[in-house]
Amino acid sequence: MLTALYVMLGLALLLGVVLGYSALKFKVEGDPLVARIDAILPQTQCGQCGYPGCKPYAMAIAKGEADINQCPPGGDAGVHALADLLGVEYKPLNAEHGLPKPKSVAVIDENVCIGCTLCIQACPVDAILGAAKHMHTVIASECTGCELCVAPCPVDCITMEPIAESPANWKWRYPVFEIKPEPAVTRKIAE
Amino acid sequence: MNAIVNLSELIKRKLGKTGLSSFNGGVHPPQHKLESTTSPIRPVPPPARLVLPLRQHVGNVSKLQVATGDHVLKGQLLARADGQVSAAVHAPTSGTIAAIDNQLIPHPSGLPDISITLEADGRDEWIARQPLDYKAMSKQELLDSLREAGVVGLGGATFPSHIKLREDARHPVRTLIINGAECEPYISCDDMLMRERAAEIVRGIEIMRYLLDAGRCVIGIEDNKPQAAAAMRAAAADSEVAIDVAEVPTIYPGGGAKQLIKVITGLEVPSGRLPSEIGVQCFNVATAYSVHRLVHHGEPVISRIVTVTGHVGHAGNYEVPLGMSIRELVELAGGKAIPELIMGGPMMGFNLPSADVPVVKATNCIIVPDSAMFPEPPPALPCIRCTRCADACPANLQPQELYWFSKSQNLDKAREYKIFDCIECGCCTYVCPSNIPLVQYYRFAKSEIIAQDRAREAADIARERNEFRLKRIEREKQERAQKHAQKAAGAKTEAAPADDAKKAAIAAAIERAKAQKAEMTPKNTEAVSPVVAAEIAEIETRRAEVQAASTTEARTEEKQSTEEAK
Amino acid sequence: MNRSPYISEAPSVTSIMLKVMLALVPAIAAYVWVYGGGILVTLALASLTAIVTEALMLKLRDRPVRLFITDGSALVTAWLLALALPPLAPWWLIVLGTAIAIVVAKQIYGGLGNNPFNPAMVGYAALLISFPALMTTWPAPLALAEFELGFVDQMLFIFSGNLPAGVALDAVTSATPLDYLKTQLTLNHSLQEITQSPIFGTLGATGGELVAAAYLLGGLYLIQQRIITWHLPVAFLAAIAIMAGLFYLADAGRFADPALHLFGGATMLCAFFIITDPVSGPTTPRGKLIFAAGIGIMTYVIRVYGGYPDGVAFAVIFFNICVPLIDAYTQPRVFGHDK
Repeated sequence: MLTALYVMLGLALLLGVVLGYSALKFKVEGDPLVARIDAILPQTQCGQCGYPGCKPYAMAIAKGEADINQCPPGGDAGVHALADLLGVEYKPLNAEHGLPKPKSVAVIDENVCIGCTLCIQACPVDAILGAAKHMHTVIASECTGCELCVAPCPVDCITMEPIAESPANWKWRYPVFEIKPEPAVTRKIAE
Repeated sequence: MNAIVNLSELIKRKLGKTGLSSFNGGVHPPQHKLESTTSPIRPVPPPARLVLPLRQHVGNVSKLQVATGDHVLKGQLLARADGQVSAAVHAPTSGTIAAIDNQLIPHPSGLPDISITLEADGRDEWIARQPLDYKAMSKQELLDSLREAGVVGLGGATFPSHIKLREDARHPVRTLIINGAECEPYISCDDMLMRERAAEIVRGIEIMRYLLDAGRCVIGIEDNKPQAAAAMRAAAADSEVAIDVAEVPTIYPGGGAKQLIKVITGLEVPSGRLPSEIGVQCFNVATAYSVHRLVHHGEPVISRIVTVTGHVGHAGNYEVPLGMSIRELVELAGGKAIPELIMGGPMMGFNLPSADVPVVKATNCIIVPDSAMFPEPPPALPCIRCTRCADACPANLQPQELYWFSKSQNLDKAREYKIFDCIECGCCTYVCPSNIPLVQYYRFAKSEIIAQDRAREAADIARERNEFRLKRIEREKQERAQKHAQKAAGAKTEAAPADDAKKAAIAAAIERAKAQKAEMTPKNTEAVSPVVAAEIAEIETRRAEVQAASTTEARTEEKQSTEEAK
Repeated sequence: MNRSPYISEAPSVTSIMLKVMLALVPAIAAYVWVYGGGILVTLALASLTAIVTEALMLKLRDRPVRLFITDGSALVTAWLLALALPPLAPWWLIVLGTAIAIVVAKQIYGGLGNNPFNPAMVGYAALLISFPALMTTWPAPLALAEFELGFVDQMLFIFSGNLPAGVALDAVTSATPLDYLKTQLTLNHSLQEITQSPIFGTLGATGGELVAAAYLLGGLYLIQQRIITWHLPVAFLAAIAIMAGLFYLADAGRFADPALHLFGGATMLCAFFIITDPVSGPTTPRGKLIFAAGIGIMTYVIRVYGGYPDGVAFAVIFFNICVPLIDAYTQPRVFGHDK
């Protein structure tokens, strides 16, 4: 009876020490969850989710205030990744926040631009270059395609142009599925 | 019986006097090289119209040096190398630049790319050529002239050669390997080049050896090319430097750079690293030949040897000006320019998007197939995990696992199982009893992973720039608040005579206006990468031009209106 | 379409399966010689059931029936199961076992290439658990039987369960050596006494050893044809031989000699035809060695200490579960990588 008690007590002590040690040894600084969520988000900074950027959205998700399906640029894959990370059920993108579009960049019509700087102030990643009364230009490689510059432009000189496929960014396609289903199935799918 | 043959082969290879090593797997597809090696290399006169893509090499697109309507001479620079990893493009004949626009190029994507169209004038007039006294110039000058001459790896990878020929103090190159293995079936351009121009190749090798200061130099040739090996051996014997010729066993993909290095030196190039890091550098024989043409004749890369074989009247090797339409080349060889043309060999080649694409630096072989040559494979069955693919894989991968992960788009797992060590040689597909297009799955998975990585990189940059911007806005806000506070404090201490109050109000207004102005000037050009900085500079000059144009326009308008008023 | 490589030298799945069946032919011949022609009926029944159930399941699953029926994998499963069953098993047992193998073990998991367990062994194990008496009733080799059943008699027995008038069941059946060994050992007979029984041959069971030798022959053919690699059979046989050898050395009075374990029971069939099923087995060379050696050890342990006379089926199924783990931990060194 007493031996058993001692054993249990000893075990409890030992495990306590191990736990305490590992808590110190493997201590994690800061809130890694926000950073990990933020790492999945596409950093478009478009605000379609209803938050003023990707980081605020990540913080809102971490706090449980926002749902995981509010990021159209992240697409379905993004929702899946968030669901995996947070261990929650996948849900399709919420259409209220917009639909995924092919990745685009903003292009300023340099002949129409009046140099009002409104788009510069709107750009979340400083991808527009220019000064007051000077023509503005988008640095294409920095543009995330957030479209935030389109609305403020008083002369509507900004358009979003999808990034065209070229031999440089072309991707191999998924091989055509090799086992052709019976005609019955094809018909079912067609219907 | 087969097993005994294999075993004896293995023993021979392991114990052979040659001192050669071997790699896992490999296959023995039918050679089909005889068809194209019966006649000598045939020269091809420049055609009337040439299309020269600006992206014929690995790296940056080269920078245009000519404009539409310019007349150029044969060998004249058309586009300059842009940055280190890039190569120049030259005119293969004299003529006029007819267009600079997007043209179909020989690329598996079937997408057009920026190209120069050259209308030949028929005179084929050379620009002044200046052979180089390479021992008199510095090595850097020699490398620069290689870069200027558009010398790239002609084995198919088209990596700019000047980078590989740069001496690196950290990794001195001990062994220079010249790749004449040409393991892929049907292709014989290197074979014929070695048979006919062995001495010239050796001259090129001497220059490469000089540049790298390599102690040992070995030419690797598969033992199915005895004539080429004999020719190279004879030429090497005449050289003042020691050059060995190693006859390596004929096994596909024994001509892959990593595989050939393993066979000759016994060393494995570490994954994701360059051969130079283990003291080895490997070049194709045709690359050595183009180094020779440049140094001893002053000629840039404007043509290459192309094997035209398959269902053609005169299968053989042709010395083709770059930019020639493949349709014309096939017709010249007595074949039909059917839509199913293949560029490269049957193991790693690809279907051309059209016969109307130009010959480029990577074009080593054109196969004109007939229906019997490459029949459609039977329908694919599920993988039965028989591991024939693993037995055949020269990278010692587990192709059945990679297939599983690629098929289910489990990209992280595919990467974990080292999909990037796959050289896409096609051995796995070649032996698959279920006829699964394995390599296509790997290509798909690889390009998806690469795209994902790029997107992640872009996202990281965007995050950084967004954070930087938020910090800047915060800082500006604080600065403004501080100024206001100072002003306010100053106003209080001066304790309010009416005049002073007025002055202060005016000063504050001026300050406000100043602040506003400061706000108007963007400060977002701080902390940018050099690339972006260059882009900004370019944009600034364009802006200045536009501004100048608009002001002159405005002035002329003004003038006009005043004149009209008169 | 970019589909390089454009050439192929691959044998088809069908030809691989046909070669496996060809490799079984010597064993079937030996079977007929030892036990009579009844095995041919069993084989035919199993084949028919396999094809019918496979076709039915493919139809239900909306898969191309012809493509998959002609791959021959269902027939191989059927033959292996038929050869593992007692030669005079009743017809319904054969049909049931084959149906379980094809429907449950293969098609429900997704058909060819997707079954985690060896279908033939799943069918066998299901029958062994459900009908232990029937599954351990083996006919005596013809040479030892008191009454020699002809082909027609055997066929009648399979379909109706009736023996010719005046023949008792005991007259045509006998215990298998492993079974006999187990029961006699529990009765405290010494091994020397037990092996005096005529059912023990020179190496394994009388007659059975001939069949085992025929399996060995077929297996060598498969290795020569590069359908299977040496890893699996060698590791499996070595594990059994070493286990049996150690125990035999420790106490020759209680543990049978290695030859009996190698040539008795289903050892040879298992070594060359069962554990070499690629779909449910490991793919790495080292993994194959571990897998086969594990099955060998486990088979021996079940034979000596388990409740069943032979443990091949259970050992195989158990190690089938371990395959993903074994594969994950035995990945070979990739070109250009350390380790």
